[in-house]
Amino acid sequence: MKFGVLINEGPYQHQASDSAYKFIEAALEEGHEIYRVFFYHDGVNNGTRLATPPQDDRHIPNRWTELAEKHDLDLVLCVAAAQRRGMVDQGEMERNKKDSNNIADKFRISGLGQLIEAGIQADRMITFGD
Amino acid sequence: MEEQELESGKIRKFIYVNRKAPHGTIYAHEALEVVLIAAAFEQDVSLAFIDDGVYQLKKGQNTDGIATKNFSKTFGALDMYDVEKLYVEKESLDARGLTEEDLSVDVEILPASDLKKLFNESEVFFNF
Repeated sequence: MKFGVLINEGPYQHQASDSAYKFIEAALEEGHEIYRVFFYHDGVNNGTRLATPPQDDRHIPNRWTELAEKHDLDLVLCVAAAQRRGMVDQGEMERNKKDSNNIADKFRISGLGQLIEAGIQADRMITFGD
Repeated sequence: MEEQELESGKIRKFIYVNRKAPHGTIYAHEALEVVLIAAAFEQDVSLAFIDDGVYQLKKGQNTDGIATKNFSKTFGALDMYDVEKLYVEKESLDARGLTEEDLSVDVEILPASDLKKLFNESEVFFNF
């Protein structure tokens, strides 16, 4: 089955990102396909490369990057949500004249259309959040 | 690429279920942004309002004192986006002492049992 995944909560604050990660791992193991992972609301904060969690804790953003590298996942941060919360890639940095960017490898910033398109193309859309 | 995808011609039944109060968290506001963007994809769209989500449609909202955007006015413009199917759960209205007259837009008020059917018939389910 082809899944689309929506993550609506930030890392550490909420279990949504952890649960989505475990779901995707299990789904891939079972031979399913992940069409796209879309991060919305505070979920966009999962895409920062500047997080430094304690060493004995899981590194949520790095874990997403590694999973995406391994399985060629499409990790998309909503641009409107990202702009509000200061999640910035190279393009956004130039467009909005910011002095730096903070997006982790394998994440990209794009529009809400990517979420709708996932809803159209995937067999099932699964939401993780409150 | 996006244009190509738009032209794929696949029409699915989307339902957006709004469960939260309009202010206090950003969920309701950002959910409405999804609905507006989604309108460009020409899908079969329904909106449902349940629990505290029914407050999103309350008439006469004023956010001056909390410095947030009063997006409640946007619901009145949804028909211009061809989003015309708005459903409100009767039990949620009743529990909050609200009636159809308290709402700012035309909606269809349904009992929970009918909404359940609507949810089951939907193909793409987003809840905010």
